[in-house]
Amino acid sequence: MTTETEDGCTRRTVLVTGAAGVAAVALPLAASAEPLAPAAAAPGPTTAVSLRINGTPHALSIDPRVTLLDLLREQLQLTGSKKGCDHGQCGACTVLVNGRRINSCLTLAVLHEGDAVTTIEGLGEPKRLHPMQAAFVKHDGYQCGYCTPGQICSAVGMLGELRGGMPSHVTHDLAAPVAFSDEEVRERMSGNICRCAGYPNIVAAIREVAGAAT
Amino acid sequence: MRTFTFERAATPAAAALAMQQHPGARFIAGGTNLLDLMKLDIERPPHLIDVNRLGLDRIEALPGGGLKIGALVRNSDLAADARVRQGHPLLSRALLSGASAQLRNKATTAGNLLQRTRCFYFYDTTKPCNKRTPGSGCAAMEGFNRIHAIFGASTQCIAVHSSDMAVALRALDAQVETVSASGSTRRIPIAELHRLPGDMPEVETVLAPDELITAVTLPAPLGGTQLYRKVRDRASYAFALVSVAAVVVREGRTVTAARLAFGGLAAKPWRNEEAERRLVGTDGGAQAREAVADLLLAGARGHGHNDFKIPLLRRTLHATLAQAIET
Repeated sequence: MTTETEDGCTRRTVLVTGAAGVAAVALPLAASAEPLAPAAAAPGPTTAVSLRINGTPHALSIDPRVTLLDLLREQLQLTGSKKGCDHGQCGACTVLVNGRRINSCLTLAVLHEGDAVTTIEGLGEPKRLHPMQAAFVKHDGYQCGYCTPGQICSAVGMLGELRGGMPSHVTHDLAAPVAFSDEEVRERMSGNICRCAGYPNIVAAIREVAGAAT
Repeated sequence: MRTFTFERAATPAAAALAMQQHPGARFIAGGTNLLDLMKLDIERPPHLIDVNRLGLDRIEALPGGGLKIGALVRNSDLAADARVRQGHPLLSRALLSGASAQLRNKATTAGNLLQRTRCFYFYDTTKPCNKRTPGSGCAAMEGFNRIHAIFGASTQCIAVHSSDMAVALRALDAQVETVSASGSTRRIPIAELHRLPGDMPEVETVLAPDELITAVTLPAPLGGTQLYRKVRDRASYAFALVSVAAVVVREGRTVTAARLAFGGLAAKPWRNEEAERRLVGTDGGAQAREAVADLLLAGARGHGHNDFKIPLLRRTLHATLAQAIET
């Protein structure tokens, strides 16, 4: 989400400027390491893939090494999805594929031929927030905000799973309909880590959207 | 990540044939473990064969009450399937105790079986590992080995298999169906799928290089009380230190059938039929449970940091069986 300040400077402008400053200092280190992005490595064979991202069709020919996350961030400039651990452990990269939440860092873009991807940008925008985005704002479901897009995509996917009757590790009776509870939310959201430990407020935001305020 | 070529297979036999034509290639389905390892330069396939569109994503009822689970059924779909929840709740419980929701939405039945170990030293490319680099040595043996094996290990490797699902499948006597490049198919009991490390820890299953898992079959439901108890370092999203899969069938107060399988202890899901038989005919009380634990633990061996797993397994077995008897 991009929020404008009074002088017209956006949060993203500040972040980009700040990151550039950091990058200049870090460059000698980065240059000595292995290339981080496939784009920086020697070009290999490309593979065609067609998929819809936030409703827009894309027909691409890409290096098969490109993860879905890197496609979104580095090639399509959809930088809402975040790269935290890049190994499926933190959940910051969570997006919805055909309505289901997955870690976009642990899948290749070329595996998603014909799929429909929804990122945080596709859920809502600053002037048209998704109810889950609005609830996170209302309940202060974040501090630094880095995990937030993944938390929100995950929460939207999670409520879909709950509505679909999918059980969880803490569901006591596998034969009974699944019911919303804070315990269920905590278990079902365990794939999203918040370094600022905003968990109680994240649960509160999700509880409100689920319509199960207690 | 190293460069690789990529193709999408249209049929199971075509996928197996492509594997034969590209030595060292890997099948990719969910990719949640393979891509993790490719990023770390542990897996280095020159070619990937996408098997996601082979039509192996259905769960079908078999004559006689069994189930045929397609190799590509996602872990979350398998755990949520009404027939599995009703007839094989042990399998649902094991699946739901593993990984995170995002990973379960992607991970497949066959991929879960074929996942690699999470041994710290397998993952650390600066350390010797006979599984990653055969002949280089085992850093875990004298290293920080609290997550490692107490059963079936060798002087070459003490890594454990990380799957929860496989432990349930072992207790339920599942079978694995495969197809090879020649088009021939075979059925492998889950007990025989994974190898113990011996002097070849890099060879983890009995599958031929061109052999593709197409399905996992389950016999008719066992009934009884089915429990999966997983002990781990945090309450969710962590691998098992010790896990116990138990199926206990009783008539009145007497145990008439029992299945016991264990995770986090060996390079394959561990099962001890002798211990199961010791439980049958008893009331499952504390004395019987202690006898079962004695039998089970007779061959256990710790490696220092993981010595705690031996008493932990005894207590977890007690607790699980006590719960099964009380249920």
